Amino acid sequence: MSSVDSTGAEKPRHKASRAPRTPMSERPAKERARDFGEVGMGYTQEEAIAEANRCLQCRNATCIEGCPVNIDIKSFIGHIIDGEWSQGVAVLKERNALPAVCGRVCPQEEQCEIACVLSKKGEPVAIGRLERYLGDYDLACEIDHRCVPEVADPSGRRCAVVGSGPAGLACAGELARLGHAVTIFESLHAPGGVLTYGIPEFRLPMQIVETEIEMLTQMGVEIITDTVVGATVTLEELRTTEGFDAVFIGNGAGLPVFMGIPGENLNGVYSANEFLTRVNLMGAYDFPKADTPVWRGRKVAVVGGGNVAMDAARTALRLGAEEVFLAYRRTQDEMPARREEVHHAQQEGVEFKMLCSPVEIVGSDGFVTGFTATRMELGEPDASGRRAPVCVMDSEFTIECDTVIMAVGTRANPLLSNAAPDLELTSRGYIVADETGATNLEGIYAGGDIVTGAATVILAMGAGKRAAQAMDGWLKDLS
Amino acid sequence: MFRIVHKRQLSDAVFEMGVEAPRIAEKARAGQFLMLRIAEGGERIPLTFSDWSAQDGWVRFIFMRVGKTTHELAHLEVGDSLLDVVGPLGVPTHVDGLGRVAVIGGGVGAAVAYPVARAMAAAGSEVTVILGARNADLLILEDEFRALDGVDVVVATDDGSAGEKALVTAPLGRMAGEGTIDNAMAIGPAIMMKFCAQTAREHGVPCVVSLNPIMVDGTGMCGACRVTVDGETKFGCVDGPDFDGWKVDFEELMSRQRIYVDDERLADAEYSRECSCHL
Ligand SMILES: Cc1cc2nc3c(=O)[nH]c(=O)nc-3n(C[C@H](O)[C@H](O)[C@H](O)COP(=O)(O)OP(=O)(O)OC[C@H]3O[C@@H](n4cnc5c(N)ncnc54)[C@H](O)[C@@H]3O)c2cc1C
Ligand SMILES: Cc1cc2nc3c(=O)[nH]c(=O)nc-3n(C[C@H](O)[C@H](O)[C@H](O)COP(=O)(O)OP(=O)(O)OC[C@H]3O[C@@H](n4cnc5c(N)ncnc54)[C@H](O)[C@@H]3O)c2cc1C
Ligand code: SF4
Ligand code: SF4
Ligand code: FES
Repeated sequence: MSSVDSTGAEKPRHKASRAPRTPMSERPAKERARDFGEVGMGYTQEEAIAEANRCLQCRNATCIEGCPVNIDIKSFIGHIIDGEWSQGVAVLKERNALPAVCGRVCPQEEQCEIACVLSKKGEPVAIGRLERYLGDYDLACEIDHRCVPEVADPSGRRCAVVGSGPAGLACAGELARLGHAVTIFESLHAPGGVLTYGIPEFRLPMQIVETEIEMLTQMGVEIITDTVVGATVTLEELRTTEGFDAVFIGNGAGLPVFMGIPGENLNGVYSANEFLTRVNLMGAYDFPKADTPVWRGRKVAVVGGGNVAMDAARTALRLGAEEVFLAYRRTQDEMPARREEVHHAQQEGVEFKMLCSPVEIVGSDGFVTGFTATRMELGEPDASGRRAPVCVMDSEFTIECDTVIMAVGTRANPLLSNAAPDLELTSRGYIVADETGATNLEGIYAGGDIVTGAATVILAMGAGKRAAQAMDGWLKDLS
Repeated sequence: MFRIVHKRQLSDAVFEMGVEAPRIAEKARAGQFLMLRIAEGGERIPLTFSDWSAQDGWVRFIFMRVGKTTHELAHLEVGDSLLDVVGPLGVPTHVDGLGRVAVIGGGVGAAVAYPVARAMAAAGSEVTVILGARNADLLILEDEFRALDGVDVVVATDDGSAGEKALVTAPLGRMAGEGTIDNAMAIGPAIMMKFCAQTAREHGVPCVVSLNPIMVDGTGMCGACRVTVDGETKFGCVDGPDFDGWKVDFEELMSRQRIYVDDERLADAEYSRECSCHL
């Protein structure tokens, strides 16, 4: 049997290698835990080819179903096998504007890779790493050799995109490709959303995000920073005085949640958002060279068990903390963080205190000195399907620390919606949108965390792209 | 980039500055603030609008030189630019239907008090401005306040070098005691606002305060600006900056303002060392 590629040409049958999954080299934990350089080094060309050769090029490529944006995984891996890097990049970019980003931060192990036929034996093709390889290949090219999507003839329509996180960037890229003039309005001074202010450099180098954004500007997308929609300009004004034909809202879910326990406003208690923003966006790791300070704890407690908690804990280590531990109310099995991140955090020396829930933060002279927690045990499964933590009576104990970072979730920020009273919201303040991203207001679309609640980069990008296509249809109907 | 179009020194350490920012100028209201960043690597700091012109597309603020960023700002001149200016942020001050109102501006707080007093007077309130400072040299905007229609001005200095020798709480207590005010609003250092709120409360007069917690983004995404009001945590930047002074936990505010004092001293010392001109 031979396989047929997209051009219809016959190719010799691919003979899959039976080698074990190709490891990706990482900087040693001891070394990397003290700086902000990237942890994973990426595949070399030989490694990428070796790994690609493990792919069976299945006739029924189940992996594709596992990817939320249905990247043609089989085809891009096929191009790696054949050494056709640019073609591989092009396949990725049909569905995913930021492969170098997703290859690094996507929860692959529970999406595409778990759906790979080889995962039954516990050794799925390392799809994420291969995606990263091609993404990096593309980024390393001179800008005019990069795979810049073809831009359609100008449609004469103007679109506004609110927020420059993954949802906004993907939407803007797709709209530009379809020939619309796009302006992104971003409230912070730098674009990128969580990719810029949240996810730390050691997981996602800033340079990657910057280069990807540069490509959007090459495609004609205009980015206006320092503009808070809902304050500097309202949603309605974007449509009226500012003259945009359609608007996409991708403002994320960036309002930090606290636990509401006593002592939470002591000095030394941070939301993960504040802590990470100070370090990543404001460059506090470089204080006093950069002007923004951050409280550098010696003994740091992080409350939570998601990616955000891991990022905060590992960042605290890199700022020089002697001891960093994580307090999580369930056990490691229930942690929502990616396994790889948990593993890296442990390697680097982050200590996990499981089944532990803070009830009060204590301090003296206004500064944190520790917290009191209760022991938890796991009860019956709750709505999320995970076993719910229950307090153990009279089990309170105290832990010493000088910093507490709360990574217990985020909510919708009402700044934009407060100034748009007609926009339909859920009871918790998220924007109501259908699967195309359409809101109850004509010409106004939304997607990403502001619709789904805190989720993932790839889901936000998928939503942004789908909305762009719906907006395109709507704009065509206008004329 | 936001071009500086106006600069004026009001006292030894206080400056007024105007920048071109047409979108912001169109929206600014009394009591709201902006966040600015001078250059790459700079800190984002909040400053309240002291004035604005939608027509000419500029906003102004008045700042006191206290640390590195405000030092650097004081060195800039008309024609220079700020890298980032964002706003208007915060909930505008409530200025309608206040009847007879005392607006207390302590130190650089007078800058914030100015547009507030002006807006209150324009909305039909009878405004008495109480300006306080350590001494006459530190008193700012007195002439501007006196030039406002419908505004009376009372001056108090710690050393008596201008107006009466007293803290601002003295005239405030007097007016509240005599029943000549229905409302009060205090703007200035936390300690001053605390005592103003206390004095007003003793006489049953409501007192709004404009809080100045440390901020990072100013848009509700970090929580640096947490303040406790009536036992509840609020975000100063989006829920405020104005709050009911009777209910604010001022001790916590003052404690939280001190978190980075050592770092701030370090940053400013480094800056002064590098900085050729001398202050
Ligand atoms: C620390 C951290 C680590 C994470 N790790 C991972 C990971 O490993 N893998 C993964 O898949 N996901 C991860 N996530 C989740 C992922 O980053 C988000 O789901 C994703 O970024 C959501 O994209 P978005 O575009 O909807 O919103 P955001 O990325 O939040 O972007 C929203 C943008 O809108 C701007 N904005 C907000 N309000 C306004 C306004 N009124 N006007 C103008 N602009 C506005 C914001 O400043 C921001 O730039 C992580 C999240 C965090 C916080
Ligand atoms: C809503 C609001 C409105 C304000 N309006 C004015 C104004 O109109 N005029 C004026 O002179 N000042 C105002 N301030 C205070 C002003 O922001 C600080 O003086 C300024 O940030 C000091 O920066 P610095 O680097 O020069 O000094 P630093 O050495 O960094 O700090 C000196 C003092 O300023 C406070 N501070 C430092 N950084 C911040 C920050 N990012 N946010 C808030 N406070 C900070 C510190 O607590 C410290 O007490 C306002 C503050 C807030 C929150
Ligand atoms: S985008 Fe994510 S889920 Fe899709 S193929 Fe890439 S790594 Fe897998
Ligand atoms: S399911 Fe796995 S082996 Fe099959 S095509 Fe997809 S990646 Fe290759
Ligand atoms: S300054 Fe960040 S939430 Fe208020």
